[in-house]
Amino acid sequence: MSTLGRAVAAEAAARPATRRRLRDRDWVWGYAMIAPLVLGLGLFYLWPVAQSVYYSFTEWTLFGDATWIGLRNYEQVLTDPANLRALRNTFVYGGLSLLGIPLSIAVAALLGTRGLKLVSLYRTLYFLPVVTMPAAVAMIWTWLYNGDYGLVNYLLSLVGVEGTSWIANPSTALYALVAVGVWTQVGYNAVIFMAGLQAIPRHLYEAASIDGAGRVRQFFRVTLPLLSPSVFFVSVLSVINGLQMFDLVYLMLRRGNPAREETQTIVSLFFSRAFEEGAKGYAAAMAVVLMAITLVLTVVQFRVQKRWVHYA
Amino acid sequence: MRNGRLWPVHLVLAVGAAAMVMPFFWQVLTSLKTFTEATRTPPVWIPSFEWSNFAKVLDETPFLQQFGNTVVMTAGRTLAQLLFCSLAAYAFARLRFPGRDVLFIALLSVLMVPGQLFLIPQYQIVQSLGWLNTLPGLIAPGMFSAFGTFMMRQFFMTLPAEVEEAARLDGANPLRIFWSVMLPLARPGLMALGVLTVLWSWNDLMWPLIVNTDPESMPLSAGLSALQGEHMTDYPVLMAGSLMASAPVVVLFLVMQRQLIEGIAFTGSK
Repeated sequence: MSTLGRAVAAEAAARPATRRRLRDRDWVWGYAMIAPLVLGLGLFYLWPVAQSVYYSFTEWTLFGDATWIGLRNYEQVLTDPANLRALRNTFVYGGLSLLGIPLSIAVAALLGTRGLKLVSLYRTLYFLPVVTMPAAVAMIWTWLYNGDYGLVNYLLSLVGVEGTSWIANPSTALYALVAVGVWTQVGYNAVIFMAGLQAIPRHLYEAASIDGAGRVRQFFRVTLPLLSPSVFFVSVLSVINGLQMFDLVYLMLRRGNPAREETQTIVSLFFSRAFEEGAKGYAAAMAVVLMAITLVLTVVQFRVQKRWVHYA
Repeated sequence: MRNGRLWPVHLVLAVGAAAMVMPFFWQVLTSLKTFTEATRTPPVWIPSFEWSNFAKVLDETPFLQQFGNTVVMTAGRTLAQLLFCSLAAYAFARLRFPGRDVLFIALLSVLMVPGQLFLIPQYQIVQSLGWLNTLPGLIAPGMFSAFGTFMMRQFFMTLPAEVEEAARLDGANPLRIFWSVMLPLARPGLMALGVLTVLWSWNDLMWPLIVNTDPESMPLSAGLSALQGEHMTDYPVLMAGSLMASAPVVVLFLVMQRQLIEGIAFTGSK
C-alpha cells in the first residue's frame, strides 16, 4: 500500500524522466526474457523447417548422407498412385470432418437453452472423448467395430441390419474412422460455439421476437450470422485437423488390415515412408507438398470468409 | 421458457450424451469380462468381474515404468512451457525492444506449418544429442510452444498497466515485475495453458513412436499401441490397459474442468 501510495504521489513529477530511463534499458530485459523460448523454437522448429525443405531435394543413402537430386522427389511424390490415393482420402477426412460442425452447433444451442438444468453434467459427458487418449479411443472403437463380436453390429442386428467388419472393409473403413473423428471433436467444438453464443446480445432476440420472428427464424437470422466467426474458426481448425489425421489411422488400421492400403492418409503414409522405410528425402517432399496444400486451403477459407462471416 | 417445457431439449441432449458415453461404458464392461464372455453373441451385459485382466496388464507389460515415463514427460513439458512461454509472452506484450514484432511474427509462423515438416530434423537433433530412448529426448521439443506464447501474450495484453507502472517506479526490474506482479495476475491463463499442455502431452503419440522405441522408455500412448499389436485379440486385457492409461487425464479433466473449458473458449474467441 505504502509503495503504491508513494508511487502515485511521485508520479506527476518523476514520470517522464523515470519512464524514459527504464524503457531505454528494456531491450536488455526483453531479449533475456525471450531468449529461452526463441532458442528452443529456433532449434526445434524454425531451423528444422529449413532443413526439411533442403532434404526434400535430396536422396538419403544407407550411410545417412544426403545427395542433391533436384526435383526428382517431387516428381515421384506427385505421380505415385499411393500418394494420390492418400491425398484423396485426406480430403475426404478433411471435408467430412466438417459434418461435425452442425452437430456441435446444435449441442451448443441446446445447452444454451435458458433455464436448462444439468448443463455442466451434459458438457462433461460430451467432453469425455476429447480428453481421452487417442490410443485408448482407437482401441475402444476397434472393439466396437469388430465384425464378429462388436457392439455396433449387435445393435444393428436388433433393428434388422446386417453389419460388416467396419474398419477391415475397404469400402467402409474411411467412413468408420470419420465417425470416430467427429465423435471425439463434437465436445470441443461445442465449447467454442457456446462461448460464441454467449457473446450474442440478448436484446437482438427480443427485437426479433417483437418483429414476429419465431425461434427457427431467430436462429437463422440472428444466431447463425452472429455465430459465423466461431463457425469460421472451427471450420479452419477442422480442415487442418482433417489434413493432419494420423493417430486414429495409425492405430486402427494396423498392418495386415486389408483396408490399410486403401485408407492411408498423407500423414500416415509420410510416417511409414520416413520412419519405417527410411526414405527421408522423399518423405520431406511429401511434407512440403502437404504444407502447400494446407496453405492454399487456409488462404481460400480466409478469402471466402468475407462472403459469409459477419464480425460484429 | 418454463421448466416443464424443457423435456424435449433434455431428451435430445440425453440421447447424444448416451452416444458419447456408451463406448466408455462398454470399455469398462469388457475390461471386467473373461475372454469367452467378451466374444459371446448376443453380448453379455453383466461381466463376471475378472479383475485379473488389470493384473495381466501390469504383469505382461512395463506398465508402471511407462506410467512413470508419461508423468515425467508431461510434467517436464508442462512446467517448461509455463515458464518459457509466459516469460517470453510478457516481454512480447509489455516490453519494447528492437525487432520485437518481427520476432513474434516469425514465432507465430510455426503455428501454420504442419508438424511433419519438423519431425525428421527434430529426430536427427535428438539422435545426435544421444537422447534416443531417454526421457530428455521424449521431453525436449515439447518444452517450447508458439501456441502457448501466443495465448499467454493475449492474456498479458488484457491486464491493467497501473499495477505494473507502480512497481516500475519503485525501481523493480522487468523480471521482478513479471515474477511478483504479473505472473500472479495471469494465474487463470497459466492454469488453462497448463491443463491444455498436460492433456496434449499425455496423449501425444507420434513423437514417442519415433524417438523411444524401447518398451521400457516409452510413454503409455506408445506402450498402448504396442500392447494392441501383441494382444490383437485379447480384448478384455486391451480394454483394461487402455482404461488404466487414459484414466489419469480423465480424472484431471473432471477436477480442472472449468480451467480447461475456459481456456478453449478463450482460444476460440480471440
